[in-house]
Amino acid sequence: MSTPSAVEVVPVAAKRQPFRFIANKKAATGVAIVGFFVLLAIIGPWIAPYDASARSSDLLQPPSGAHWFGTTHLGQDVFSQILVGTRGVVFVGFLAGVIATVLSVIVGVTAGYLGGAADDSLSALSNVFLVIPALPLIIIITSLLERSTDLMIALVIGLTSWAWNARVLRAQTLSLRRRDYVEAARATGESTWRVIFFEILPNLTAIIASGFVGTVIFAVMSEITLAFIGITTVSEWNWGTILFWAQGQQALASGAWWWFVPAGLAIAILGTALSLVNFGIDEFVSPRLRSAGKTTIKTASGHTVRMRVGFTPVLRTTPLGTRPVSPHAPAVPLDAVDLGVDVDREEKELA
Amino acid sequence: MKHLLRRVAFYLFTAWAAITLNFFIPRLIPGDPVRSMISRYQGQLNADAIQSLYILFGLDEKKSLWQQYVEYWSQLLHGDLGLSFTFFPAPVSQVIGDSIGWTVTLVGITTVVSFAIGTLLGVLAGWRRGSWVDGLLPATTFLSSIPYFWLGLIAITLLAGPGSFFPSSGGYEPGLVPAWDQWFIGSAVQHSILPAFTILISSVSGWILSMRNMMVTVAAEDYITVAHAKGLPERRVALAYAARNALLPNVSGFALSLGFIVGGTLLVEIVFSYPGLGFQLFQAVGAKDYPLMQGVFLVITLSVLAANLLADLAYLALDPRTRKEG
Repeated sequence: MSTPSAVEVVPVAAKRQPFRFIANKKAATGVAIVGFFVLLAIIGPWIAPYDASARSSDLLQPPSGAHWFGTTHLGQDVFSQILVGTRGVVFVGFLAGVIATVLSVIVGVTAGYLGGAADDSLSALSNVFLVIPALPLIIIITSLLERSTDLMIALVIGLTSWAWNARVLRAQTLSLRRRDYVEAARATGESTWRVIFFEILPNLTAIIASGFVGTVIFAVMSEITLAFIGITTVSEWNWGTILFWAQGQQALASGAWWWFVPAGLAIAILGTALSLVNFGIDEFVSPRLRSAGKTTIKTASGHTVRMRVGFTPVLRTTPLGTRPVSPHAPAVPLDAVDLGVDVDREEKELA
Repeated sequence: MKHLLRRVAFYLFTAWAAITLNFFIPRLIPGDPVRSMISRYQGQLNADAIQSLYILFGLDEKKSLWQQYVEYWSQLLHGDLGLSFTFFPAPVSQVIGDSIGWTVTLVGITTVVSFAIGTLLGVLAGWRRGSWVDGLLPATTFLSSIPYFWLGLIAITLLAGPGSFFPSSGGYEPGLVPAWDQWFIGSAVQHSILPAFTILISSVSGWILSMRNMMVTVAAEDYITVAHAKGLPERRVALAYAARNALLPNVSGFALSLGFIVGGTLLVEIVFSYPGLGFQLFQAVGAKDYPLMQGVFLVITLSVLAANLLADLAYLALDPRTRKEG
């Protein structure tokens, strides 16, 4: 069978690349920043230069070498407050994310896979939670709680914000359950639980992950909001508590910008980082969403041509039909190439 | 028609669920908030008010839970949401009636404008993928990651203040009497510019992103290629072929995200002391004014439900598939 010219096939073990997701620039940036905040959450209270609640005689000092982010009206160090407060923010964000994700997986996958009456009732339940505005509900429940610790707040946020993910997961499960491989697994007699855990769940990983990240964003925002409007205990520091005191003491009116800006920026940076992770997941799952990179080509004649999605330029080096363009065709100088676009008209429309 | 009826049934069910939730939440509070209320307003609460409070809080031990539930409904259907503690003896319904117009106007206008701008920019970003427009995404993501209230605070510091055109708080000039005249409306508009801008900046990026992603998906469809091949002008393909089809999921997303937007708006009102529902809720929370809190929550929920129903109607008009019988 073998001929001398046959290419020898060397079997290469298929390599798993578990961290290929990180190769995405957006995702890598996001993961790095989130990792930084998680690190701060762990070591923050230890590396804080001052006790966050300790008063001193440096009242309302602008940022300086001794107090990097300045001081409050009681002489507390804002930098230390940010460092200490990171733990509460990250803890509530991730715990609420975990609770909501677990709930959404249970509700969404069960509804999607079982169908029938279970689907109807679970869908109705998640739609109700979806339509009721979450923030006012969270505000009311939290304000009724006797002691609103970080743990309680994480519970409240987690229990009220699972519905969106459940809905997405249900839709995806619905589309997966009739696929051939699932039918095959059922036909070979796999139990319902095995089908759900080993056939369906692994294929939902990306959706679950992006839902988790989305919920963490929402939880962080909600927690900070609750602290800012003064519902939660003000004895535990988080970024919202800092803003609460700053607002209560009219910090902006007295020009104490350093009291506001660091906490707000920290929130925005953490939120952006989490969004970047989510973009990374989305683009990992659906490559079309990636930024297309460089899409404009400058031709030698000085025109600019833009490639588009859903639009394939045809290389026409000779009059149409005389020679098919093959992969082995010699390279052609660009100005000799007719991209099949009326370049002038294209540019008129761009303007 | 069948589709519409099912949606209406769903909203009725959700309204019932929200009201029932509202009934049960205060019953889970440990302790006796009414007694602490009575001691706070020594002698000012008459027997009727106290009785109404007990019913509202479910602390009427002589009655079964079911009887309490029935009474709660009958109070509600009479438009009686209880008496506000902070604005005592004003009923909650009156306090809410005074502030709901402000919120509906502010949220309504900003949401529609933000949806329109965001969708248009999203169309552009999706169609011009790979050009400078891609740079819009990280920028708007960053803006939307900033909490509404913080952006509002910064806006107040930078733009408002003594001598500035933009007032830093309130809904209208303190000396004016609310009326439909040029002074009042002018003042109200002037007071709402900054809050509206804050909401706009925070909420627009969500629309941009979802519209861009839909555009990218739609742009790869065969009918787009066909439209190109027919030699249709670029603008026509982008707007009449791609954007038109990409818009549909965004409309249903519009309905679903209303709840989030309303939540954010409440915060903007708090920061700007704008006399709407969010500010009332904030004051109620501060004063532990449970009847007002619950009333505000109920009204917000019902309004969001109504807005959702409207969005559903719009969807029905836009998507012929939902009108198909069967």
